[in-house]
Amino acid sequence: MQHTRAHVLICAGTGCTSSGAKKVEAAFQTELAKQGLQDEVKVVETGCHGFCEMGPLVIVYPEGVFYCRMQPEDVAEVVESHLLKGRIVKRLLYQEPISMERIPSYKDISFYKKQMRYVLGNCGHINPELIEEYIAVGGYEALGKALTTMTPQGVIDEMKKSGLRGRGGGGFPTGMKWQFASNSPGSKKYVICNADEGDPGAFMDRSVLEGDPHRIIEGMAICGYAIGADEGYIYCRAEYPLAIKRLKIAIRQAEEMGLLGTNIFGSEFNFKLKIKEGAGAFVCGEETALMASIEGKRGMPRPRPPFPAVAGLWGKPTNINNVETFANVPQIIQKGADWYASIGTEKSKGTKVFALTGKINNTGLAEVPIGITMREIIYDIGGGISDNKKFKAVQIGGPSGGCLPEELLDMPIDYDSLLAVGAMMGSGGLVVMDETTCMVDVAKFFLNFTQSESCGKCTPCREGTKRMLEILTRITEGEGKEGDIELLEDLGAQIKDTALCGLGQSAPNPVLSTLRYFRHEYEAHIRDKRCPAGACSKLAAYRITELCKGCGLCKKVCPVGAITGEVKGQHVIDPEVCIKCGACFTKCPFKAIVKG
Amino acid sequence: MSETQKCCCGGKNPLEQLDQALVKYKGDKGTLIPALQEAQNIYGYLSKEVLERIACTLEIPISQIYGVVTFYSQFHLNPRGRNIIRVCAGTACHVRGGKAILKAIEDKLGVPAGATTSDLRFTIETVACIGACGLAPVMMINDDTHGRLTPEHVVEILERYK
Repeated sequence: MQHTRAHVLICAGTGCTSSGAKKVEAAFQTELAKQGLQDEVKVVETGCHGFCEMGPLVIVYPEGVFYCRMQPEDVAEVVESHLLKGRIVKRLLYQEPISMERIPSYKDISFYKKQMRYVLGNCGHINPELIEEYIAVGGYEALGKALTTMTPQGVIDEMKKSGLRGRGGGGFPTGMKWQFASNSPGSKKYVICNADEGDPGAFMDRSVLEGDPHRIIEGMAICGYAIGADEGYIYCRAEYPLAIKRLKIAIRQAEEMGLLGTNIFGSEFNFKLKIKEGAGAFVCGEETALMASIEGKRGMPRPRPPFPAVAGLWGKPTNINNVETFANVPQIIQKGADWYASIGTEKSKGTKVFALTGKINNTGLAEVPIGITMREIIYDIGGGISDNKKFKAVQIGGPSGGCLPEELLDMPIDYDSLLAVGAMMGSGGLVVMDETTCMVDVAKFFLNFTQSESCGKCTPCREGTKRMLEILTRITEGEGKEGDIELLEDLGAQIKDTALCGLGQSAPNPVLSTLRYFRHEYEAHIRDKRCPAGACSKLAAYRITELCKGCGLCKKVCPVGAITGEVKGQHVIDPEVCIKCGACFTKCPFKAIVKG
Repeated sequence: MSETQKCCCGGKNPLEQLDQALVKYKGDKGTLIPALQEAQNIYGYLSKEVLERIACTLEIPISQIYGVVTFYSQFHLNPRGRNIIRVCAGTACHVRGGKAILKAIEDKLGVPAGATTSDLRFTIETVACIGACGLAPVMMINDDTHGRLTPEHVVEILERYK
């Protein structure tokens, strides 16, 4: 084996690739060859580091120096200065948003410091397209341990003891789910991995699939052994082409090494895996709809019971878990349930990956112990609110979750505490909103989403969400009436109680939680015909302040001729003519136009 | 379907490539969606003839196939543009100005989301989330992801796709 003195790790996740990582990699190859270093320094493509905002990301080992927003033009300098002379290129290091300090090692960056990266542990550090790299960091040891030293029931007991709960959103104890599937009679059973990550604002499953696909395969195989299944499906959404490609490579490599197939590790256990591509339907993330989709039907949910553990795919007992849940399995088997249960809170064990997005300085993926507070995630890891704006709310759990206000930032987050305040863990998407975000508009946004994704099978979801959306739309357009708030609450409560599946039952959550914590914003829209955040364009009133220099740009862009004024003189908007398109507001070079 | 029965397409169809693709799906269960996906990859959309052919080969009623095709947003019954623009309408993109991006594209191309330009150069679509929230607002053109967009920037990007 050839030894190299340094490694250049280039993130090849979706975020960094779209920021130009491939060009950076090519530049490294050329530059290293030019300097005659191609045998001394190895360039490795890795999965996602989770800090997509700062991409393309490059880490140089052995020092672990973290370069961000790397461009092809910067490569020559890094090769010459860092790799040849051993001098770190300071200007490309990460800069902390508050202290403005440049940090060389990624371990010291505040975004990573408070994290506990186990599920994401390999992401960004190994090449996801080489099984050897996964094996080198201990991969497939857990499968070997389970097959050679543990009974299937022993594996299930270990899972129960670990306290792992489903990471797809519901939070059902994983060990229990496996026990049900194991208890079901029948010789043919299935394992399904739900990789139909459809929640807007969540991308942790994508990162694991792209950055560490073997971890999922290993977790599924262990599950297959535990419940007595010999066949598995990974249902992945078609919007994730890179994830599908890497999974296919990983499955092929595992088959070649005998880690999938027959008599794995010399045991009696056989397991094969197939990938099913989704076809674009959010509701297919619901387990019964997902199975209908694998069977080639319209992906519509059906009433439970029977639960999938009893009658699932093609009527056979089936165990379905989410990507992140399976990704937790190998380490539980390898390091033991006691180790796993030592992380987290009393009823929610382990770590959870959150996708931090929205109006925040550091967007990206953060894996933290359950029980951490929202404030720690948003301010310590996320670096606070961007553009020096004021925090207003954080939306957790996607379209099924809720919006939490500032007062709840110090609450420890776990499955149960979130439910108690009207939100839910969901898949772990955290969208941070500042003072310029209108909460009525956000509620409308989510309802619009669930409404268009409603499969139409049950009336409460099909009709109820439509009526709620109509009410919200009229509120944001200044047509809201007294009694609309009560009507929304009433409808929301009924839909929660009567809808067929999780999509419908949780669809009113964004509306109900914003009504609970931001009722005054709804009232301002209805009573005063005013949008406090200035986000609802129909309610916005634009005004030109004395900052106006009289450049005339606003007059030029106004499509209806509502602006008058002499060159170098104060301009004025005629509110009667103004259609509130906002064109002048975005164009004004002096920020002289204000809304609200 | 028995040997003597004629299928609805009359048995003489120039859809050879499709026929070859469909061979591997015959007789297996749960293959309708992959078969439709492959057919759409060949033709760009699913015409009535293509659906009829799939119905005959896989021996699935065309009514059922139509039900599946219209359920999933990925399938299309009408011709589409050479370049598919997918503007992300996810939460992160929404709060970071995704609406203005979509509007800039619609204004530039003169067609609304969901429509195809008359020269078949572009089809504009919106998607719920591309999963690249760190780069919001984001869009995909074909398989390329473009992030940190501004309305001005978008127009430049469109020029690269002919």
